[in-house]
Amino acid sequence: MLLAATTSFSLPSIDYLAILPELVLLGGALIVLLATSMVRGGLKRNIATAITMLFSAAALVTALVQWGRISAQGAETTIAHAIVLDGFSTFIGVTVLCALILSVLVGHDYLKREGIESSEYHILAMIAASGAVMMGQANDLIVIFLALEILSIALYVLVAFNPLRGESGESALKYYILGGFSSAIFVYGIALVYGATGSTNLGQIANFFSENQLIHPGLFDAGLALVLVGFAFKIAAVPFHVWTPDVYQGAPSPITGFMASVAKVGGFAALIRVTIAAMNSQSASWKPILYALAIATLLLGAIVALVQRDVKRMLAYSSISHAGYILIGVEVGTLAGTSAALFYLFAYSVMTVGSFAIVTVLGGDGDSDHDLGRYRGLARRQPWLGGALAVLLLAQAGIPFTSGFFAKLGVVSAAINGGSWPLALVAMIAAAIGVAFYLRVVVLAYMGSDEADATDTPSSQVNPQTRHAQSTLLLEGQSVATIPAVSVPLLSGIAIVLSVATTIFFGVIPGPLLDFAHSAAQLFLA
Amino acid sequence: MNSFLQSSSFPYIPLLLAIPFVGSFLVAVIPEAQKNIARWIGVAVSLVVLGLTIAMGAAFSTTAGGYQFVTNHSWASSLGISWFTGVDGISLFLVGLTALIVPIALLGANEHRKTKAYVAWMLLLETACIGSFVSLDLVLFFLFFELTLIPSYFLIVGWGGQRRAAAATKFFIYTFAGSAFLLVGILFVAYLHQQQTGVFTFNLIDLMNTHYSGTAGVLLLAAFTVAFAIKAPLFPFHTWSPDTYGESPAGVAMVLSAVLAKLGAYGMIRFDLALFPHAIKVAAPVLLTLATIGILYGALVACGQNDLKRLVAYSSLAQMGFIILGTFALSTQGLEGAVFLMLSHGIITAAFFLVIGMIAQRRGTSDIRQLRGLQGPAPVLAAVFTVVMMASIGLPGLAGFVGEYLVLIGTFLTHQWWAVVATLGVVVAAIYLLWAYQRSFQGKAEGENAKVRDLTYPERLVIAPLIILIVVLGVFPKPFLDRMTPSVERTLDYITLATCPPHHTCLPTSAGQHVGVINQGGGK
Repeated sequence: MLLAATTSFSLPSIDYLAILPELVLLGGALIVLLATSMVRGGLKRNIATAITMLFSAAALVTALVQWGRISAQGAETTIAHAIVLDGFSTFIGVTVLCALILSVLVGHDYLKREGIESSEYHILAMIAASGAVMMGQANDLIVIFLALEILSIALYVLVAFNPLRGESGESALKYYILGGFSSAIFVYGIALVYGATGSTNLGQIANFFSENQLIHPGLFDAGLALVLVGFAFKIAAVPFHVWTPDVYQGAPSPITGFMASVAKVGGFAALIRVTIAAMNSQSASWKPILYALAIATLLLGAIVALVQRDVKRMLAYSSISHAGYILIGVEVGTLAGTSAALFYLFAYSVMTVGSFAIVTVLGGDGDSDHDLGRYRGLARRQPWLGGALAVLLLAQAGIPFTSGFFAKLGVVSAAINGGSWPLALVAMIAAAIGVAFYLRVVVLAYMGSDEADATDTPSSQVNPQTRHAQSTLLLEGQSVATIPAVSVPLLSGIAIVLSVATTIFFGVIPGPLLDFAHSAAQLFLA
Repeated sequence: MNSFLQSSSFPYIPLLLAIPFVGSFLVAVIPEAQKNIARWIGVAVSLVVLGLTIAMGAAFSTTAGGYQFVTNHSWASSLGISWFTGVDGISLFLVGLTALIVPIALLGANEHRKTKAYVAWMLLLETACIGSFVSLDLVLFFLFFELTLIPSYFLIVGWGGQRRAAAATKFFIYTFAGSAFLLVGILFVAYLHQQQTGVFTFNLIDLMNTHYSGTAGVLLLAAFTVAFAIKAPLFPFHTWSPDTYGESPAGVAMVLSAVLAKLGAYGMIRFDLALFPHAIKVAAPVLLTLATIGILYGALVACGQNDLKRLVAYSSLAQMGFIILGTFALSTQGLEGAVFLMLSHGIITAAFFLVIGMIAQRRGTSDIRQLRGLQGPAPVLAAVFTVVMMASIGLPGLAGFVGEYLVLIGTFLTHQWWAVVATLGVVVAAIYLLWAYQRSFQGKAEGENAKVRDLTYPERLVIAPLIILIVVLGVFPKPFLDRMTPSVERTLDYITLATCPPHHTCLPTSAGQHVGVINQGGGK
C-alpha cells in the first residue's frame, strides 16, 4: 500500500536557477558552520566573514543571472507553481543581499569589538536572508508562511545571540512571543482564505476571483484581515508596531540595522504579491485597511520619533514611518505604486543599514551608548563620520539629490495619480515632521562643538570648576571634552562609505534603479 | 528652434551651475590649515560666476520675451523629469543678483572660524539659488528650491548667533512644510496634464496648457503659493524670518534676504502666474490684501525693534509685500515694478546686512540701544548707511524708488484702494529708518562708540559696487527695464488671453506681437 502511494506521487519539476540564491545562502551557512568548527579564536570570525561575503556575493550574482534570464525568456513558476521567478523577486533578492552584505561588514567589527568568537551571527544572518529572498518568490500562502518563519526564527535568535547583553534577552523574548502570536494569526488567516477560495496558491486564488463572485465575502474578508495583521506586524505598521522600539533598542545595533531592512523588505514583498497580484480584484476589501494603516503609521511614527532621546528608538520610529510611505505605494496598487514601493525599499534598506552602522561604531564597547548626547559635536571630532551620518539622516528625511528624495517622490506621485491625494498630503506632512527629528541629531552633531571651542581659546583665567559646571549643564551630564573620538574599523567604514555612495548615486542618477524597479513591478502570476 | 525658446552655442547655464558646484567641492577637499586659500578660491570662483553672468546679460536679446540660453536633457525620464533650464528677462536679473551678492558676502563678511566649510557651503548655496532661478522643469525647480535649505541650515547652525539652533530649525521646518504642499501641487498639475493630453511631464511650457476646474485651480494655486509665501515671506507666513535673519551671520543674512527671499516672489511670478491664470484672477484680492497687511505690519513692527538686524528683517517683510503687491496687481507696471524691486531690494538689503555686520564687528552688537553717535568717529560708515537707508525709504534717484513707484502705479491702475493703503507703508518706512539712524548714528559718541573705526579701504572697495548699483539703478534703470519688459508683457499677455471669455476679443498689452510665440512654445 505504502509503496503504491509513493509511486503515484510524482515530483514536481524544479528549476534550480529559480531557487539558486536561497540554495547558495543556505549552503554558505552550512559551510560557515563546518569551517568555523575547525578553528579557534579570531581566525574563526575572519573565516566566517570571508565565507559569508563570498556566498552573499555569489547569491547576488545568481540574482543578476536570474534577471538576465527573465529579460530574455520572461517570468515563470516552478515547483508546482509554489515558487515564482520574475523581475519582482529578483529585485527583492538584490535588495536583501545588498543589505546582508553591508550588515555582515558591520557585524564583523561588532563581533571583534565585543570579543565574540562564535559564528552564529553569520550563519543566522544568511538563513534569515534566504527567508527574505524566498518571501519575494513565494507564490503560495503556505510558502510565504514557511519563508516568513525561516526569516523570523533566525531573527529571534539573532536578537539574543550576544550572551553578554542582558537587555537583548528581554527584547528577543518580546519579539518571539509577539512574533509567534502574529504568525499564528497569519496562519489562521491563511486557513480562512483557503476556506473561502479553495486554494492557497496565489495564481489559483486570482483565478478563483476572476471566475467567481463571492456572495458571502465574510469568510474571505476575515481571512484577508488576519493575513494583513500578520504582515502589519512584520513590517511594523501602526497599531502592530509596539514591539519595534523595544526590540530595535535591545538588539545589538548591527542586528537592528539588518532586521530593520531585511524583515521589512521580506514582509512588503509578500504583502505586495498577496494584495496586488493575487487579490487585485478584491481591492475594495484590502485598500481601506492599508489606507488606514498607512495614515496611522506615517503620523505616529514621525510624531513619536520627535520625543525620543535614544537614537536607536528614534530610528525605530523613523523606520515605522518609512513603512507608512511604502504602504502608500502598496495601497495605490498601480504599476507606478508598486515600482515606487520597490524603489523605496531599496533606498530605505541601504540608508537604514548605513545609519545603524554608524550607530554601531558610536555605540562603543558593549554597544550601550546610544543617547543623543553621544552625538554632540560629532562632526567636529570626526568630520567624515559626522558628514556620513548627516547624509544618511537627511536622505531619510527625503532631501533632494539623495535616493530618499526619489523614493518619497515616487510614492507621493503614485498616490496622486492613483487618486489617493489625501494620503499624499499626509505623507508630506509626516515628511515635514520627520525633518524635525532627523535634524535634531544633525544639529547636535554639528553644534556643541562651540562649547568645545571655549576650551580651545585662551580662557585660562576661567575657573576650571565653573567651566566644568557649565559644560555639564550644557551637555546634560556629558562633557564634550569627555566624549572620545571613536576609531572607525575598516569593514564598518567600507559599509558606511558604500551606503552613503549608493544613497547619493541614486539621488543624482536615479534612472537605472527607477528602470529596474519599474520593470520589476510587473508581477507575474500563474 | 522657435523664438520662444532660444538656445545658445555657449553653455552659459550649465557653466553657471557647474562652476560654483565644483568650486564648493574644491574648497571642501583642501587642507583645513589653508584658510586664506579656501577664501580666495571661493572669491575667485564666485567672481568667475559673476563675470559669466554679466557676459550672459550682455548676450541676452532684449527683443524676445521668451526663454534664452535654453538647454533640455532628459534625466529621470521614467518619472517625467528633465534637465530643462533657461532664463528670461525676469530670471536673468535674479541670477545676476545671486552672482553679485555671493562674492561680496565672501569678501565683506568673511568668517574667520572654520572658513573652509563656510566658503564651501556658500558656494553650494549659490549653486542651488542659481539652479532654482534657471529651472524650467517643475521638479528640477523643486529639487534646487529644497537644496537651498541644506547649505542655509548648516551656515546658520555653524556660524550663527546665540539662538542659532532654534532659528535654523525653525527656518528649515517652516520652509520644508511649505515645500510639502508645493510638491503635492506639482504632482497634481502633472497628472491633470497627463489626463488631458496623455503626456506625463513636468515641463513648465507644456504644463501651461493644462486646464483646471475652478476649485481645483484655486486649491492648487494655494498649494503653490503657501510654499512661496513662506520663502518670501508674505504675511502671515513670516514668523521664521526675523529670528533667522537675526541669528544668521552677516554674510548668510545677506544671501538669505537678498537672494533666497526673492526665490519666493520669483516662484509666484514664474509658476503661479503661468500655471493658474484663472485662479489668479479669483485669488488676487486675497493675496493683495495679505501683501498690504505685510507692508503695514512689517513697517509698524520694525518701528519697535531695538536690533538693527531684526529691524531690517521686518523692513524686508514690508518690501516683499510691495513685490507681491506688484505681482498680483496684474498690470504691466506693477509686475515690472515687482521684478525691478526684487533686484533693487536684493541689493539694498544686502548692503544693509553688510553694513550692520561691519557695525557688529566693531561694536560686538547690533543693538540700537547700545549704539550712539557713530557718525562722529565713522563718517564714511554713516554716509554709506545713509545712502542705503535713503534707497530703502524710496528716495527718487536711488534704486528703491523706481520699483516702489512702478508697483504703486501699477496697483493703482487695477486695485486702487490697496495702492492707497500700501502707500502708508512708504511713510512709515521713512519713520523707522530715520529714527534708527538718529538713535545709532547721531548724538554724542561715548565710551565704546567713540572708538569705532571708520570703514577701511578694502571695506569701502567691497561695498562700493552695491552703492554704485543703488545709484545706477535709480538714475539709469533703462537697460534693466528693457530686458525685463518683454518677459513681463509676455507673462501678462498669457493671463489676458488664457482668461479671455469666449466670443470676446482680448487685446494683449503688447499689441499681440508675442501671442503666436506663446502658442508655438506651448506646442513644443
